[in-house]
Amino acid sequence: MSEFLQQLVNGLTSGSVYALIALGYTMVYGILRLINFAHGDVYMLGAFFGLFAARALHAGVDPNPVKALAVLLVAMAGCGIAGVIIERCAYKPVRRSPRLSALITAIGVSLLLENGGRVVFGADPKFFPQIIPSRIISLGGGVSISNQQIIILGVSLTLMILLRLLVKHTRVGKAMQAVSWNPTAAALMGISVDRIITFTFMIGSMLAAAAGVLVALKDPKIEPYMGMLPGLKAFVAAVLGGIGNIPGAVLGGLVMGIAEVMVVGYVSPTYRDAIAFVLLIVILLVRPAGILGRNTTEKV
Amino acid sequence: MRQLSWFAGSLVALWALDRLLPRVLNPYALQIVMLCGVNVMLAVSLNLINGFTGQFSIGHAGFMAVGAYTSAMFSIHVGQPWVASMVALGLPAPVAQGAALLVALLTGGAAAAVAGYVVGLPSLRLRGDYLAIVTLGFGEIIRVVITNVNAVGASRGLSDIPHWSSVFWVGLGALTVVLASLHLAGSCHGRALFAIRDDEIAAEALGIDTTRYKVLAFVMGSFFAGVAGGLFAHDQTYLNPSTFQFIKSIEVIAMVVLGGLGSVTGSVIAAVILTLLPELLRPIKDLRMVIYSLMLIVLMIVRPQGLFGSRELRLPWRRRTARPA
Repeated sequence: MSEFLQQLVNGLTSGSVYALIALGYTMVYGILRLINFAHGDVYMLGAFFGLFAARALHAGVDPNPVKALAVLLVAMAGCGIAGVIIERCAYKPVRRSPRLSALITAIGVSLLLENGGRVVFGADPKFFPQIIPSRIISLGGGVSISNQQIIILGVSLTLMILLRLLVKHTRVGKAMQAVSWNPTAAALMGISVDRIITFTFMIGSMLAAAAGVLVALKDPKIEPYMGMLPGLKAFVAAVLGGIGNIPGAVLGGLVMGIAEVMVVGYVSPTYRDAIAFVLLIVILLVRPAGILGRNTTEKV
Repeated sequence: MRQLSWFAGSLVALWALDRLLPRVLNPYALQIVMLCGVNVMLAVSLNLINGFTGQFSIGHAGFMAVGAYTSAMFSIHVGQPWVASMVALGLPAPVAQGAALLVALLTGGAAAAVAGYVVGLPSLRLRGDYLAIVTLGFGEIIRVVITNVNAVGASRGLSDIPHWSSVFWVGLGALTVVLASLHLAGSCHGRALFAIRDDEIAAEALGIDTTRYKVLAFVMGSFFAGVAGGLFAHDQTYLNPSTFQFIKSIEVIAMVVLGGLGSVTGSVIAAVILTLLPELLRPIKDLRMVIYSLMLIVLMIVRPQGLFGSRELRLPWRRRTARPA
């Protein structure tokens, strides 16, 4: 039982990171109907921006919470800007093109970030400084949690709540909902659709950056290709929950994280990368629009 | 009769190329020619699913892997002993190897077709991006399973596959896929596929059995992908699960979209371009993939409909046949 609870704690931690990345996928999809394949690489960029910020602030030598927060914020700001640039330069020109061409563009951006990252950052893995020294806290009953895990859970939860408030209770958030509902009608109501799309990319990229820094806290080895698999899995998580649906992305991410940890713990670590997809296929066969997605009937 | 003479002529031409190319090209260039052929098969076969039928599949590497591994296992365990016994009986080695390769390729293709059928079934329920992600998941599952099965070498890879592929066989494979697809495009079955792509509900209202045709497209596409995988296996003589990663499927999609969805000749040309491009860029080392990805982005911005749109490149002296755009 205590082993199960321990796995659950670990699963929730990695699941909340998947959820943060999945949110970016689902928001962009909800507004543009575009699978932003480069999103996983924005997460990688976030980890690297965090690394540079930590080096500049000497956060690894003299760790304190303020510097750690600064590292997180710098990474988020950097990725927010990167997200805007990507959207303006690569996605905006293909917005009216067939969806598959937009998808290929996204794949091109993803390859560009990975291989560009390889050229700029170097192919060898970098060590992310310990901006928060690890401490294990026992929860009793043989279950323990590290302070880093607590931070990961806390930061992701805070960001999710902020996102929720932003989407539900601000003008910009309502405009985002409107654009996702019907871009043409939203434009007719005086909403600047272009600006909302750019804003969505910015928010999504910032969340991915946060995920990148949080993961680097726990697994400090970062390299230019680190975003590929987590990106793919986070996308699967978004689909699992019902793509375009914000609570769905969170739920999907958590389900995914827990399922993965359980497979590693109880089945075999080598099947870790397959469970995400098995789960996906099983759930989509039962609920073709994801767990929380609404099945739309096509009208003629 | 005319088609038969065309076919015979192509066979002779392929045979001549098979003799000639290894003499004039170095092994590296020859390898690239073979890879072009395999990629042409992959691109055209994916075009049957994505371009003709409009079913968005991004797991083509999975089908290729099924075909590659099945045919390789078949050749190692059945083909090779059979060839040895036939040669002992006095049959010329190339004939025996050719026959064994043909059977191995068909076995691989059939296995991939079965996989395509299994994946095609959920396409009855799922649409668009959901289907895409299921095919992606399927491809990844196949890869993880292969990585974990010891009988096929697991993550060490499968080696000692007989080297039976040649320019002739790859050329024949590519030619068959291209001709079959062009033929399909002009047939009533092809029109049914186009109708599903353009408007599924209207197609159904016209009495087209959309379910059957969608599964048919998957089965055909994956069969040819499996054959391409088999040719690849018998050319490389070594298979590794990491070859069939998600990125391989992406490469094939890029070929299809760049060539133009639904354009067979477009796929052929794009497959050749996208195979040669990374090789030509090899001298600039690390910047190679940066340039490649930039070109992909720029091409999509400049020509979102692909190089050929959905038109076919036709030989000017051949009769034009009308085809829905």
